[in-house]
Amino acid sequence: MQDYVNWALETAKRRGASYADVRVMDIRHREISTKNGEVGTLLESETLGIGIRVVASGAWGFAATDRLTREGVQACAAEAVAIAKASALAKRENVALAPEQPYIDTWQNPFLKDPFRIPVERQIDLLLAADKEMRRVKGVTVAEGSMSFCRIEQLFASTIGSVIHQVKMQSGAGIVATAFAKNEIQKRSYPNSFGGQHMLKGYELVESLDLVGHAARVAEEAVALHSAAQCPEGQRTIILDSSQLGLQIHESIGHPIELDRVLGMEANFAGMSFLTIDKLRKLKYGSDIVNVVADATLDHGPGLGTFGYDDEGVPAQSTPIITNGLFTGYLSSRETASSIGENRSGGAMRTESWNRLPMIRMTNISIHPGAWKFDDLIADTDDAIYMETNRSWSIDDRRYHFQFSTEIGWEIKGGKKTRMLKHPSYSGITTEFWNSCDAICSRDYWTLWGTPNCGKGQPMQTMGTGHGASPARFRNVKVGVAFAK
Amino acid sequence: MTPPSARLKKSSAKDFTATDMERIAERILKFRAADETEVEIGAATDALTRFANNTIHQNVAERILGISVRAVVDGRTARASTNKTDDESLRRVVDAAARLAKNQPRNPGLLPMLGSQKYRKVARFSEATVAATPQDRARAVTKVCKRAEKNRQTAAGIFASGASRTLLANSKGLFARYEQTRAEFSVTILEANSSGWAKSNSPDIREIDPDSLAESASRKASESRAPREVEPGHYTVILEPSAVLDLVGFLFYDFAGTAVLDKRSCFTGRMGKKVCGENITLWDDVYHPLQLGAPYDGEGLPRQKILLLDRGVPKNLVYSRATAKKMKTKPTGHGFSLPNEYGEAPMNLVFAGGDKSVDDMVRSTERGILVTRLWYIREVDPYEKVLTGMTRDGTFLVENGRVTGGIRNLRFNQSVLEMLSNVEMLGPAVRAAGEESFEMVVPAMKVRNFHFSEVTKF
Repeated sequence: MQDYVNWALETAKRRGASYADVRVMDIRHREISTKNGEVGTLLESETLGIGIRVVASGAWGFAATDRLTREGVQACAAEAVAIAKASALAKRENVALAPEQPYIDTWQNPFLKDPFRIPVERQIDLLLAADKEMRRVKGVTVAEGSMSFCRIEQLFASTIGSVIHQVKMQSGAGIVATAFAKNEIQKRSYPNSFGGQHMLKGYELVESLDLVGHAARVAEEAVALHSAAQCPEGQRTIILDSSQLGLQIHESIGHPIELDRVLGMEANFAGMSFLTIDKLRKLKYGSDIVNVVADATLDHGPGLGTFGYDDEGVPAQSTPIITNGLFTGYLSSRETASSIGENRSGGAMRTESWNRLPMIRMTNISIHPGAWKFDDLIADTDDAIYMETNRSWSIDDRRYHFQFSTEIGWEIKGGKKTRMLKHPSYSGITTEFWNSCDAICSRDYWTLWGTPNCGKGQPMQTMGTGHGASPARFRNVKVGVAFAK
Repeated sequence: MTPPSARLKKSSAKDFTATDMERIAERILKFRAADETEVEIGAATDALTRFANNTIHQNVAERILGISVRAVVDGRTARASTNKTDDESLRRVVDAAARLAKNQPRNPGLLPMLGSQKYRKVARFSEATVAATPQDRARAVTKVCKRAEKNRQTAAGIFASGASRTLLANSKGLFARYEQTRAEFSVTILEANSSGWAKSNSPDIREIDPDSLAESASRKASESRAPREVEPGHYTVILEPSAVLDLVGFLFYDFAGTAVLDKRSCFTGRMGKKVCGENITLWDDVYHPLQLGAPYDGEGLPRQKILLLDRGVPKNLVYSRATAKKMKTKPTGHGFSLPNEYGEAPMNLVFAGGDKSVDDMVRSTERGILVTRLWYIREVDPYEKVLTGMTRDGTFLVENGRVTGGIRNLRFNQSVLEMLSNVEMLGPAVRAAGEESFEMVVPAMKVRNFHFSEVTKF
């Protein structure tokens, strides 16, 4: 790998680049899925290549290749410089980067069991055992399970002198039961929708989930939803489970704090943000108990947004995003930090693969736990709806107005969890919603969820992000609009 | 735009020739590590110039190769892939596919690989697109940005071009090859409190007119200044083709035989029954002149043109070979690469259009909403096909037969089947591009009783 980065940096400099950084990435995947007692997908893949990003004539260029010969890498670096010079045709000002130190380092996330060394038949057997348990329940029409594993080894180097080697091991697994009856399709997932739980861990994550042990309950709930009452409409108190709160954070905090959105760079596709620069350290984003961080450090946990250094060589950091309800920080890059007068990047530049340009992505965007025990929170709630596990999600292109529905709901009456409700949904305006939060459960109920499928950018990149959350209560929320007749 | 100059250096799309790909396939098929072996090779060069705030802020190019091998061993199958072409890596990917295949239960539904097939020719490769350079794209973008500045507007968007080749071969003698080019321009023009959008793509870059697209987006931005807020409710809507595309695109998997077998299609129990209006007819047709894509499916079976909806009645589904056997019918050439749990899907939807223009639709509307584009669409109820999402970048109030100004963006919760039962007018079917669905040939539609549930703040 070292030869490739040397050839790339030397060529870029020789061709006139004032700055260059290079990522060689060697990525390995394993994907397994089962459906109704049969293996669905069974795939292993590997990809190796180099991405070269340069500033030349004051503008950006990027080129990527999998032709890893001296000639191939040098041609790629030369192309990156030529593209930068073409970009300069429409330049308004020179690219400026916030200062950063050079680092020579190695980083790897800890894990106990290499999932690629676990025999694939053992992994299939586990999914088929959970599948069998789900199909034992009468009324289940589709039982599905999946596992995915990814190992990313990458070498980053830049013209400021950084050489950073990182290895990330990621695992994920989950199950879903679907039941069709009477013109309705109901489903339940465990431990979350979108393929379950995903973390920067080894196979020990899959073993800890006990998919087989949860299969019957998931299937029974999917079937029982057909006989459940419809979630009522109206202004209500709601309690969200930690996985749904994690997605709420992702959509209504994580995306609007991306500084490239704020500055208009995503205007044509992912959209912009209501969090204009004038709102920094002035906007009351949430109630006083809402504290949110963007934390990529291992101390925060092994989330999908955890790393040693981001993909432009900036060390992992913990940035306060909402502090006692006040909006206090963005996700930034060296370029965007410089453009708003910050003296350092927040370290949020990430790339999907060697052939994609790093861009601002969420790290682990997490809400700090509160002090409530879950049972005490229910006991303290007179009339509410408890909503679990996301089913659909949508938010406008400036991240104001959202609508979510979950797989299942439960009526809370007189401090007790009572009957099951189907088709729960809620909607609102981001800041009004977060200002209505009046209780957050404690660290005992806090989970660092992984969202493996966050899409952004052109060309589109998919990225894994982390969201730590515990169940929380919100007052006076509009409920039931999605299914209103 | 001006056609790219012939003297400009050709793109590295030619790096992987068809012959190179055939040689890799031959090397792989010689290893014979399994009872049957299939190899799929894809090579692409893509470039994309991205602009925002009236300047280029991202400009990228990539050259990629993918080699994917499927092995069948004793009635079991699995896939492995790599982008490395040395002998050791090719041997390893073949062995990995065979090893994965062996280590699973037998699949009683697995069919033998296909032998040699005959395919209809499709022409979707443009040398002009291959020849496009970063300078060509930058010049077009610069012109768009300068005009936006002159109009005191802000432009953001992309201009992309690329070429790809794929090859599919197996140890039973099947050999299929396809190549296509693709150029795309999309633009958002912003003002202080309004925006407009336009997008187009084609295999031939000479069919893309960035100036005209930017002009359309600019006009929408200026005409929707100072948007009013209208009450949510049921409205007559005029959906431009991109908005139609992104809604009806959610139907595509419902036409899969597997989706009906699994009882998760909205057509479960509804085949042969009227679910949409008489004026809705839909085919899957990869050979349509406005469509893109290979004339064969993931197993190499030739794709057939299939009538899916006939005057509002679901008539046919599409089937992979395995699904067709399960459902006791014939495959249609719509299967995905094996192994997979999804089966098949129509990927080249073509709607029958009408003869009304968007202007005709506006003129005939007493009070309604004209929608340019939709955003963040998600399925709320999969059987009734209720979708939610937002309007974006050009939403207008129509009163007494004319557009009277921009309105704040609205959230909808709307059944697509119900929508297609309420279509009052259809425009000519055109190749439309959106951001939520793959491209299709769809018309603009005037639809009554479309449900907007809430309004946002801009």
